[in-house]
Amino acid sequence: MEKKEVIVPIGPYHPLLEEPEFFKLFCEGEKVVGIDWIAGYNHRGIEKISEGKSYDQVPFLVERICGICSTSHPLAYVNAVENLVGLEIPERAKYIRTFIAEMERIHSHLLWVGLAGHFLGYNTVFMWAWKWREPTLDIMELVTGNRGNYGIMCPGGVRRDMSEEDFPFVQSKLDDIKTKVEMLTKAVLDDPVLLARLKGVGILTAQDIHNYGAVGPVARASGVAIDVRRDDPYAAYNMLDWEMVVVTEGDMLARAKVRLLEIFQSIKIVEQCMARLKEIKGDIVVKVREVPPGEGIGHAEAPRGECFHYVRSDGTNRPIRHKIRAPSYVCIPTFEKSVVGGQIADALICLAGVDPCYCCTERLSAVAENGKTLDGETLLRLSVEKTEALKAKGTPV
Amino acid sequence: MANWKINMLTRSPWVFHLAAASCNNCDIEILDLLTPRHDVERFGIVLVGSIKHADVLLVTGCVNRKNVARIKRLYDEAPKPILVVAIGACACSGNMFRTGYQFAGPFDKIIPVHAYVPGCPPKPEAMIDGVVKLITKLKNK
Repeated sequence: MEKKEVIVPIGPYHPLLEEPEFFKLFCEGEKVVGIDWIAGYNHRGIEKISEGKSYDQVPFLVERICGICSTSHPLAYVNAVENLVGLEIPERAKYIRTFIAEMERIHSHLLWVGLAGHFLGYNTVFMWAWKWREPTLDIMELVTGNRGNYGIMCPGGVRRDMSEEDFPFVQSKLDDIKTKVEMLTKAVLDDPVLLARLKGVGILTAQDIHNYGAVGPVARASGVAIDVRRDDPYAAYNMLDWEMVVVTEGDMLARAKVRLLEIFQSIKIVEQCMARLKEIKGDIVVKVREVPPGEGIGHAEAPRGECFHYVRSDGTNRPIRHKIRAPSYVCIPTFEKSVVGGQIADALICLAGVDPCYCCTERLSAVAENGKTLDGETLLRLSVEKTEALKAKGTPV
Repeated sequence: MANWKINMLTRSPWVFHLAAASCNNCDIEILDLLTPRHDVERFGIVLVGSIKHADVLLVTGCVNRKNVARIKRLYDEAPKPILVVAIGACACSGNMFRTGYQFAGPFDKIIPVHAYVPGCPPKPEAMIDGVVKLITKLKNK
């Protein structure tokens, strides 16, 4: 029989999405029967650049992987280096790290809620969420000096101390956020329009989550209770009182619910951090004198899930291998279950549902040269050939 | 450019946002301009969905080898005259990524750029200031 599939392209420069990414939706009528993803538009070769930077410089590089999770990547990286060195950081630094990471989670989740509303054509939600996201950025600007890319993590602690004089301002802004987000949560979860668009759409079962290895709020919305903050605590999470938000429905509404409720948990953590920072005084950084040869792994719970960094050292001041795995990398393949089989009108909100971050994900790129694509083996052969040629010339490699 | 064209262009500039290989930070700050705190829609600055409707092209991020051809094509499709504003350190110079194997040059090597707003990320106020300076300069020409 003749195939009747129509390909609907989304991207690479789609007006609704702020990042370049390319999805091909295979449709039969209104129904989506297949999906394909072409990556590489956002690849910058960060893992390779990282090998040319010293251990102290890499946090500035990895926080520029993604502007939205610009604390998660440095946090996972410093965890990896501290794991490699076997270092215990000062307690005050742990609480400052937790403070920054949770403030980032608040801003990221509010950003997602706004974008989800934008994707549904419900711009009121977009404007509200982004308006109430501004106080978090004000706090960040006060504490770290910048609205994004905070530059606060360094191996062995944090670069900038927090001042007790700032806490009343932070608390007033947090109270502001809390009342507004309470209202937003009620408005989003009771809105008949949003319920019609979100309920029962893009369902992922717990089995799907296990099959694809999805992490973060996507997993927690399907009843899979995984969270690095609880399972393998880093920073100060095991010394604080907070709860993991897990719901079982697995649809788009559940994902929105998890993210909105996590904001309250984050506010709770930030308030506890401030209370403890008033009591704990002392150093904020331990100097890392020497990095021994070996391997280190570190992970952190980014707003989107587990962010994983691997660092290998040969005893010099630069990592010889730095591997990054961002949460979106494992969440994006779940589109095969959530988008396929649904209506084409629901596809875009399902694509947004995992809060995909393409600049985090794109750690490789296929480059077609003269019309042919170079695969891994060819690139390795070319690299070896080049090294041999340089050696033959007598250039030190 | 003829004077009447600049007059038309600078009255309520419609902007198109192009993210090359960016980190999203400049992009969310651009979106932030449209939301209630800064709200540049007051001045008739609207984010449009197609380059064919745009008067100003906002570019962010560094150019990589995969999207360089697409950026050129996008610029060719734009109605001329169009003003190009490079936003962020990556778009201006390449930032930390200029040593990477995938870096294909800063934006001004690919397409003409009329204004640069450095910063990582630049504050929304800096972006407004950049566009205002560009418009003032064009009007006084």
